[in-house]
Amino acid sequence: MSTSSDERLVHMANQIARNLALDDNPVAAVADHIRAFWSPSMIRALASLANAALDPVAAQALAQLAARAEVESG
Amino acid sequence: MRACDEVQGTLALTIEGRGFASKVSAGLASDSFLSSECVSCGACVQACPTASLQEKSVKAIGKPERAVVTTCAYCGVGCTFRAEMRGEQLVRMVPWKDGKANRGHSCVKGRFAWGYAQHQERILKPMVRDTIDQPWREVSWDEALGFAAARIHHVRDTYGRNALGGITSSRCTNEETFLVQKLIRAGFGTNNVDTCARVCHSPTGYGLKTTFGTSAGTQDFDSVEECDVILVIGANPTDGHPVFASRMKRRLRQGARLIVIDPRRTDIVRSPHIAADYHLPLRPGTNVAILTAMAHVIVTEGLADEAFIRERCDWDEYSQWAEFVARDRNSPEFLAPVIGVDAQSVRGAARLYATGGNGAIYYGLGVTEHSQGSSTVMAIANLAMATGNIGRRGVGVNPLRGQNNVQGACDMGSFPHELSGYRHVSDAATRALFEAEWGVPIDPEPGLRIPNMLDAATDGTFKAIYIQGEDILQSDPDTRHVADGLAAMECVIVHDLFLNETANYAHVFLPGSTFLEKNGTFTNAERRIQPVRKVMEPLNGLEDWQVTQELARAIGLDWNYTHPSEIMDEIARLTPSFSGVSFARLDAEGSLQWPVNDAAPDGSPIMHVDGFVRGKGRFVVTDYVPTDERTGPRFPLLLTTGRTLSQYNVGAQTRRTANTVWHQEDVLEMHPADADNRGLGTGDWARLASRSGETTLRVVVTDRVAPGVVYTTFHHPATQANVVTTDFSDWATNCPEYKVTAVQVAPSNGPSDWQQAYEAQAVQSRRILGREAMEAFE
Repeated sequence: MSTSSDERLVHMANQIARNLALDDNPVAAVADHIRAFWSPSMIRALASLANAALDPVAAQALAQLAARAEVESG
Repeated sequence: MRACDEVQGTLALTIEGRGFASKVSAGLASDSFLSSECVSCGACVQACPTASLQEKSVKAIGKPERAVVTTCAYCGVGCTFRAEMRGEQLVRMVPWKDGKANRGHSCVKGRFAWGYAQHQERILKPMVRDTIDQPWREVSWDEALGFAAARIHHVRDTYGRNALGGITSSRCTNEETFLVQKLIRAGFGTNNVDTCARVCHSPTGYGLKTTFGTSAGTQDFDSVEECDVILVIGANPTDGHPVFASRMKRRLRQGARLIVIDPRRTDIVRSPHIAADYHLPLRPGTNVAILTAMAHVIVTEGLADEAFIRERCDWDEYSQWAEFVARDRNSPEFLAPVIGVDAQSVRGAARLYATGGNGAIYYGLGVTEHSQGSSTVMAIANLAMATGNIGRRGVGVNPLRGQNNVQGACDMGSFPHELSGYRHVSDAATRALFEAEWGVPIDPEPGLRIPNMLDAATDGTFKAIYIQGEDILQSDPDTRHVADGLAAMECVIVHDLFLNETANYAHVFLPGSTFLEKNGTFTNAERRIQPVRKVMEPLNGLEDWQVTQELARAIGLDWNYTHPSEIMDEIARLTPSFSGVSFARLDAEGSLQWPVNDAAPDGSPIMHVDGFVRGKGRFVVTDYVPTDERTGPRFPLLLTTGRTLSQYNVGAQTRRTANTVWHQEDVLEMHPADADNRGLGTGDWARLASRSGETTLRVVVTDRVAPGVVYTTFHHPATQANVVTTDFSDWATNCPEYKVTAVQVAPSNGPSDWQQAYEAQAVQSRRILGREAMEAFE
């Protein structure tokens, strides 16, 4: 029983959020971590998942990344 | 005998009989050398004053005529040897007395297990096939490279450059690794490059860079001679790093104290004249909890070295960390039920490490291969900083690297997010340097890591991979997922010595050369760059760096290196920590420990002497987050995996030598209570199952493992322990969680359906046109 790639992305993002929960600014820390280590295709794939069971911190970090990407491309 | 007692520290030899009839024998009268405690390190052969002990190969081949000093290609200790030659034939490998990593000692692998180079299964001709259900066709180099280039171009034109990628090998030289990542970044045009270090020490890279500023062990091996307290966590040095273990044991026999944190009672815990002061057999997956509990003791009992912290570290970060670890919920008493170790032992170990003098931590993959691998590395760094055990001899944080060139592969920019010297691809100044040298743009975004590549492959967006010297199908977790990913690709290029398990899914096979057949450098666990020298012509016709260069030329890159020294010169131009390295200097000095640059012209045996690389040492709060891999009614036991002395990793080399006499199959170690419950005894077949898959293997009943824990090795493809391991991984780096899998064990009659199907598929996919008839005839 293997998980799908989508489930894996959600699991990975949630894991990062749980491990950075005690940071001074967890949302920014999660966003920075994902930005530094994930390929853009992985970030897009996670962002495109509707109703993903994302930890609230991970969800906010993802929104922050999307906003940053817009600023950079705009 | 003195060699055995003092150099190796096994004390296996004794004298049997008296007077003229006396002779050296191994262990008890009933023992042969194979059954005894002798570990076949060869130290007695080396030291024998009467030449009565000599390698059998000298008798078979004849006296050596010349010798070349080179570096062993097995583990991260990086022993140097004199390869003694007669013509083109290697007669024996003799440990080099001036070698700074091994100081004249050796182990059973480096000294004796080099016969795989001439093994009949070695593939010497390039091969291709259109689909993986076809037999291989032997072709010329030109045809194979043209075939590969056409497929690479087709994938790039059809799916885009990010559908391509590659894997560098920690088994290959720095120069070869650098070329592979250059081919992928500059030639394929993508940062989808990773290395097998992903699955072993990537958390070391993340953890030590975050806390200290660079991904490197802090000490040289000689430093162990000044340790007062040695803390070994998640490492099994006598099996995994035997030559360094002998040096460690020598220091322990001189009186250094020992703390071992490991679920299993490894050999270092108790051996002749050595007994660990503390063996803390923690529950697999609770490393962060036990280290935080130790930090709790150090902080709350006032054992921290505040003068060191004020001078070297960020005090505010320390205060925040100290407040966190001092909380009641981080005390040994509170955490004892989680860790499975009594609080008094944890307190005693913490006090000993903090107050026993020079404290050095040595760790291995039992630290990194967890869902909190990176956190554990940072927790170790926190402990060392809090006790002032950094920046001088006898102390430090020392990752014991698994493969010969793990350190080098990481240094050379094999990770998808960083260029050589650990500089992030988003750093425009670094990119500009490479762009000017290579004449192409470098993607500023990180690429895919190995598990991400496999996910993308099953999703249909990743289509072609060039794999140099790694067998991901056997070594990486969740074998079925790896197989599905590889099967979904249109172009798998395997560059290796043998038709390994991964090659069952390959379309192009490029034959590789052994370390005896090429020039280059390896970098060992103490950052020591050492020459690898060609002692014989490559049987396959090309050194590995030449194979990569030819592939680059086939896809249109104008590469014209004539010797690996030119590649090292390029590395030195592009990498500040290597700026003073050249083959000429390595020839003159034997070895150099990076950083070698204007600030440290002769290299750096000890790091962070006058301050941390990042400036102030950084304390990081590491909260214990339990792994999602939980035991339950279906899978009540925890499986952890490891290695044994005589075999090496996936066994591609050692299984093809006489070393199989010691370890013919992987077995499952199980506590007597768990075995009794299941009606299992030593030698019985058992089915080992997890939510990922199942396999069968034989049981060995032993109290080396705690109740509830089972253990096996992954040296043999027939067992495929990684069918059972899961897709969980380290939160920061995706390093797989090999060390914790919830499993069930039950009696079984023999190989599982999966094993039988796998074997049939492997036989089918290893067919070579024209060879079947020959084999049938034989």
